[in-house]
Amino acid sequence: MTAFRAVLLRDLRLALRQGGDAAVVVLFFVLAATLFPFGVGPEPNLLARIASGVIWVTALLSVMLALDRLFLADHEDGSLEALATAPAPLLAAVLAKCLAQWLLAGVPLIVAAPLLALFLQLPAEGLPALLAALTLGTPTLVLVGAVGAALVLGARRGGVLLALLVLPLAVPVLIFGVAAVDAAVAGLPTRPHLLVLGALLLAALATAPFAATAALRQAIE
Amino acid sequence: MALHRFANPARFLRFSAVALPWFSVAAVACIAAGLVLGLVVSPADYQQGETVRIMYVHVPAAWMALMVYTVMAGGSVSALVWKHPLGDLVARAAAPIGAGFTLICLVTGALWGKPMWGAWWVWDARLTSVLVLFFLYLGYMALQNAFDDPTRGEKAAALLAIVGFVNVPIIKWSVDWWNTLHQPASVARLAGPSIHASMLVPLLLMGAGFTFYFAAVLLLRVRAEIAARRIRALRLVAMEG
Repeated sequence: MTAFRAVLLRDLRLALRQGGDAAVVVLFFVLAATLFPFGVGPEPNLLARIASGVIWVTALLSVMLALDRLFLADHEDGSLEALATAPAPLLAAVLAKCLAQWLLAGVPLIVAAPLLALFLQLPAEGLPALLAALTLGTPTLVLVGAVGAALVLGARRGGVLLALLVLPLAVPVLIFGVAAVDAAVAGLPTRPHLLVLGALLLAALATAPFAATAALRQAIE
Repeated sequence: MALHRFANPARFLRFSAVALPWFSVAAVACIAAGLVLGLVVSPADYQQGETVRIMYVHVPAAWMALMVYTVMAGGSVSALVWKHPLGDLVARAAAPIGAGFTLICLVTGALWGKPMWGAWWVWDARLTSVLVLFFLYLGYMALQNAFDDPTRGEKAAALLAIVGFVNVPIIKWSVDWWNTLHQPASVARLAGPSIHASMLVPLLLMGAGFTFYFAAVLLLRVRAEIAARRIRALRLVAMEG
């Protein structure tokens, strides 16, 4: 537990001192989503119809964009070896890094989502469902992405490869995340979709950190 | 376990040298008989007409897409857990074959979908999950070749194959879990197959033929990979000597 806290605080402190990383991700999120009104035209009914999907897809891409930094810096400067040979389990460090990554690159997206909902004319009934779905869905994306980020350590063109590996596995989160918002807009219960998102999160939490730890051990062998 | 014995490359080479011609002949015989029965002898469907014959390629290809991925994941597990020398080779050799079967399945499905559903592609759960399977095959092969150190690529790809295995049961049961356009299973049912013997026999023959084809090509590819490694090792020895 102390190792978990130490790694978490270290990653947060590093991110705060370097600054900018989280802001860049949010900026990408907002910019990419505001491209859609230019692409499909500013017609409000059309935008309202596609808003949930656009926000989810851009959130997914933003999380992906931030992910290749998850282990890379530690791999390059050797602190990953230190974490792996430390007496504390590497699993705790992986979990801490995932949580830090979500706090730095996931939570800002959730905070920025209402702004995009406004830009894209998402009906007001959909907003609580969107925020709840993002809160349950983005940690799953980070956890699944952590496996990919660990697998591509040291690969050529790691960033593109990471997207190729992780995006297919992120499809279920996208489907149920969008379904929850669409159900809320249509006046249907959102609970089933949110429960599935919660189940996906629990399943990812129970498996992905182990896979990521195994992949990290291979990377530093 | 009996399979254990084939983990020895020398024994594998002896076994595969004997098995390869038999598998090849069986593949050609089964596929030829299945094609004749399926394309000529079997009746046209009362609803789908002649397009039902696409099924004799489409369905076995879909079975193979799942089976090859399962073999690949199994090989990866044995390579990571027991460090079987052949596990990596089998998984590596199976991936392009599986990707090929998945592509055949997707293309024949589209050819059938256009006249039947009126669209080349629909975003149905079965179709989407098979498309994800295709991407997993491609990602597996890309990851394998993305490292300067080949053993690192093999290990990373093996882990990805195991993680991606979650998709296989999703594909299998997607037609039961979601109310979709794609028809549910009609052969492997507890209540027995729901299609007539005149269609079932060519279908099963094609399935057997595709399986033998996979086995033959897999053995051939693994033998080629073993030979390539020997050549590499011999070259290294020659350079040192």
